[in-house]
Amino acid sequence: MPQDQAKDLALVTAAAVGQSGDGPPKRADQFLAKRRSRVAYGILAPGGIYLMLAFIVPLILVVYTSLQSGGLLSGGYQFNWAFENYVDAFSSSKTFIARALLYSALATVLTILLAYPMAYWIAFYAGRWKSTLFFLILVPFFVSFVIRTVQWNFILADDGVLFGFLKDLGVLPDDFRVLAGPVAVVAGITYNFLPFTALPLYVALDRIDKRLVEAAKDLYATKFEAFRKVVLPLSFPGLFAALVLTFVPATGDYVNSSVLGSNRTTMVGQVIQTKFLTEGDYPEAAALSVILMIGMLVIALAYAKVLGTEDSTLAAAA
Amino acid sequence: MSAVTIDRAEAVDRPPLRVKRKRWTAYILPVFTIAMIIYLAFPVFVMILFSFNDLLGERQIAEFTCCTIRWWQDMFAIPNLNEALRTSILVAIPASIIATVLGALIGLVLGRYQFSGRAVTNFVIFLAIAIPEIVLASSLLSMFVLGKTPIGFGTILFSHIGFAIAFVAITVRARVQGLDRSLENAAQDLFATPFQAFMRVTMPLILPGVVAGFLLAFVLSLDDFVITNFVGGPVNTFPTWVYGATRIGVPPQVNVWGTILFTAGLLTAGLNLVASFRSSRKAAEGEVVGAKAAVGAGR
Repeated sequence: MPQDQAKDLALVTAAAVGQSGDGPPKRADQFLAKRRSRVAYGILAPGGIYLMLAFIVPLILVVYTSLQSGGLLSGGYQFNWAFENYVDAFSSSKTFIARALLYSALATVLTILLAYPMAYWIAFYAGRWKSTLFFLILVPFFVSFVIRTVQWNFILADDGVLFGFLKDLGVLPDDFRVLAGPVAVVAGITYNFLPFTALPLYVALDRIDKRLVEAAKDLYATKFEAFRKVVLPLSFPGLFAALVLTFVPATGDYVNSSVLGSNRTTMVGQVIQTKFLTEGDYPEAAALSVILMIGMLVIALAYAKVLGTEDSTLAAAA
Repeated sequence: MSAVTIDRAEAVDRPPLRVKRKRWTAYILPVFTIAMIIYLAFPVFVMILFSFNDLLGERQIAEFTCCTIRWWQDMFAIPNLNEALRTSILVAIPASIIATVLGALIGLVLGRYQFSGRAVTNFVIFLAIAIPEIVLASSLLSMFVLGKTPIGFGTILFSHIGFAIAFVAITVRARVQGLDRSLENAAQDLFATPFQAFMRVTMPLILPGVVAGFLLAFVLSLDDFVITNFVGGPVNTFPTWVYGATRIGVPPQVNVWGTILFTAGLLTAGLNLVASFRSSRKAAEGEVVGAKAAVGAGR
């Protein structure tokens, strides 16, 4: 019967377009679902397998490495559930872990304080300049971050473009020094992570319906009250994303502390790098990485729980 | 009298009771934003400026003396730097091509198919982007050490493909999700086979997203430091060579090459953005998602 055929066609189309939520289009839906998922797995396979090999397997093997013991000189490392690596790694590096957490937390707070007003203004008032300003924030990222950090080394140098000038003017004393100290490292991390904070904030603020602010004002809220009671709470997801995306990677950073710091500013990332690349102490380095990874996983899972995986990828993307 | 015109344009929306003059506080935020953009770009200015620094020695110093084009003339004068640049390009080209193919397929599947395991795949992609680079780097090195893989060019290439896949995938996924599926159905209604419909309708529509993903993968590979530093062994790329050189002093040629790569990157991104804005706004959105992802992941 032509009517049935038409109905089937409609169902197939609906299923294909993905609007089959209402109504019971069982038959066509199931048929399509089965065929489509086989196709889906086929297309997914090459990339999926590569991701397994280059992402999942290494993550498992770093845990394996962290449970090995022995020595490079005494016949290599053997796997024997050496949980003491974690105790050793933690007790020998707790200063560096604490320092990394402290610097990273300071830098995160600074980036949010600097990025929020900027993101707020661009999202609410920049109008047709929005995308241009957005692009301008990204422009410095066309220079490798190692090179940008090296430039800060020159900018913050004792007689560099910034302080050399101020010293010549007599504003600063001659023995004033920032480079090689914690201030330089925190400043470097703040600089390098600022856009990662700004973008999720911008995305969250840009999503806010501007009419809500007008409504608040119509209800006799002052500008500041409207911000505090409407805009700020609505930007919390972005704030949270910014916090995670800045704090987690900044904790593992070692470029800023080694280019702008000294041995007084060593962070845990540097310890992992030295143990892995110079000392060949793989198990302890791996244990430290696993500690970082677990910290990060806990935060990521909490985050995915709050926002859902798809949204969190987008937010991570943002 | 443009001010009056603007007031009238606003009046269409919501008639103001009286025209208020802007107070000085209204300028705080825009001035702050411009200051922040200058602050973000400041090291780039310094880099370009210092590529013209007229210094006596062969190593960059903090003081600037105007001006010389000596370093631009001698940009190939340091053999190790040339070698590192060559390695960077030789890794970035195949890594970005392979990552684009594999990542685009994942993005396509995530954007248009419902299948069990979709949420898991999304989560793996999310993790691959959000994971601190140092953790991924030490994991990859652990794997290579355990597998007794000789560290060098091959391990760099393998790792770069791995981390770029996720970024290509989400760039393409954003593009695919923005597609109008009825176009493909229309093609099939007009007796195209599913394959023909894909090649002639879907593929051209997602191509801008794929191109954006490719450019992103290329830039990520070119700029990568942490992972290359771990899995490169004796082989240096441009960023790892610069990092190694900081201990003895960076030669001014680094600023020259930094400026060249910066200009090339900016031009390519600008052209691609303009092209995709012309073809459609959605393409540009996909691109923006990718760019944000790269920034978001801290690369």
